[in-house]
Amino acid sequence: MKMEDLSWVRLDLAKDEEDILRGKRGRVLKKVMRTVVLYGQACGAKKLVPIEGPAHFVISMAFTGLGPRMEMVDELVGAGLKTRDPFTVDPRAVDFDNLSCSPRQESVFREWGKNQARYERQLKKLGLRDDNAFTCTCYLPEVGNRPHKGAILAWSESSAVVFANSVLGARTNRNGAILDLLCNLAGKAPMFGLLTDEGRRAGWRLEIATSRLPDPQLLGGAIGKKVQEGVPYIIGLDRFLGPGLSEKTEDFLKDMGAACAALGACGLYHAENITPEALDQKRRLLIKDYRTYVIDDHELKETRTSYPVLWRDKGAKPKRCLIGCPHLSLGQLYWWVTKIREARSAYAKRKADIEVVLFAAPDVLEKFKKGKQASDLAGASGVKLSAICIESFMKNPFVAREPVITNSNKLRAYTTARFLLDQEILDVMAGGELTEEGIG
Amino acid sequence: MKRIFKGRVVFAQKTKGKALVTHQGFNTLASFYESLVKKSKRAVCSDQDNPDLYKKSLTNKIICLPRSIGSTSAGATWEAVAERKIAPKALLFSEQIDSLAAGGIILAALWIGRPIVAVDQLGREFLASVRDGQEIEIDEDGTVEVLEVRPRT
Repeated sequence: MKMEDLSWVRLDLAKDEEDILRGKRGRVLKKVMRTVVLYGQACGAKKLVPIEGPAHFVISMAFTGLGPRMEMVDELVGAGLKTRDPFTVDPRAVDFDNLSCSPRQESVFREWGKNQARYERQLKKLGLRDDNAFTCTCYLPEVGNRPHKGAILAWSESSAVVFANSVLGARTNRNGAILDLLCNLAGKAPMFGLLTDEGRRAGWRLEIATSRLPDPQLLGGAIGKKVQEGVPYIIGLDRFLGPGLSEKTEDFLKDMGAACAALGACGLYHAENITPEALDQKRRLLIKDYRTYVIDDHELKETRTSYPVLWRDKGAKPKRCLIGCPHLSLGQLYWWVTKIREARSAYAKRKADIEVVLFAAPDVLEKFKKGKQASDLAGASGVKLSAICIESFMKNPFVAREPVITNSNKLRAYTTARFLLDQEILDVMAGGELTEEGIG
Repeated sequence: MKRIFKGRVVFAQKTKGKALVTHQGFNTLASFYESLVKKSKRAVCSDQDNPDLYKKSLTNKIICLPRSIGSTSAGATWEAVAERKIAPKALLFSEQIDSLAAGGIILAALWIGRPIVAVDQLGREFLASVRDGQEIEIDEDGTVEVLEVRPRT
């Protein structure tokens, strides 16, 4: 039998990896490994390393451009490939029960979802954990896909990647959709970038010189825009958040990181006195020739002003308010429900004329709904709850035409939604009039 | 008059086309998503945060960029635009290719057989000098020739 030519391989491969490339474990796994090796070579890796924890993937939908083609999924399933550990994926896109849809909007969603059930059955064969595994915040305690410090992973979903790296101290590159799955099916990740000690050092010293704790989504947007793919060492957040990690701090960092990753390509940040590697290594994490940048109130104001309003009628009354991109934590869910109820009762108007939907992981929503007080609050303030991905929901061109407000900078960047700060959103709910310039 | 640059081959074949330049990171999902959703026959950049490219046609262009940024969905996005034949002809990176673009380009080549030419590490000077509409020729060894556009007299 002719020996497979591996002269194109520049990585230092282990025997089992070479065997796969030679086709000893089947044609499809060979193609998977070939993809992973070429990916590593393009990114400057020297070798592959074993993956040490469950995966999280961005590929929740059977829709071109967001997930793999069904032919590819069928090929992988047909070869009997499966990830070592059960994985989680991003949220689904459709929820007819909790979000109102016009007939035209509904028909687009039905077209998108026509392969979804079959796709999810195939994902289960590849290792999908269960029906509740659909969220972008898989690392929340209620969901439980929370890797340990130092674990080598091959994740996607930019907001989950930056959280896993920065807040949990795990190690994953920003893998693209499908490559994430292929790496985990091969059980190997190319060793480059954020998997290496050197790649995790900070090239930016970023000083937060604001007069108070900034909005995390606005701050994250400013950081991402500045550092792009760089690793910032952020100084000054502990003035407002205190040292170490608390639930509140994790929520702040979750939202800041999501915006950081969406507006740039940031996969890791260190926050002085807060995040695990900054606690361990302190400013030794900074490289020799780091750059310094200061973010102050003026910078954030300018950042905010630079965001265009993409509504067709810029003075329109908002039709929907969508909150939870990335998905809300349990604590954030309680906060929003309480604040919305207060805002509405202050206006003596129990039912607002905009649809307000809060988004969180299925496991988080289940826990929230089990608390009687919480469900009463949700009912009283007329807020709906959903576990889908707002960003995908808003990609429906007939939804995109609607005036939607959000507190998510990521959602703003990818859709026509208008970005407002939390308090501004509450002001709108309390009857404040929204003009092109702001709240009247 | 032409300027010659040499980069590293990620996926190369001989090709030529017109340059389209972005000086900021290319947000793949934000740029292509609207065209994918609308099943357009050519891709028009829908990234509102990129003044260099917003509303410009991307299909069959040679995109000159520092690197790509944004959502990790980008791997599937590159594959999808290649499959729908609305991809750029080539990507010329001034920096080292990022993981999202690298993954997408390899998927397009290996899993659907429609490669997108990519050369990286062309340097800052490349991105500083190249202009929209200039003719670019790419060789299989990663040589990039930028032809000067003479103003009409």
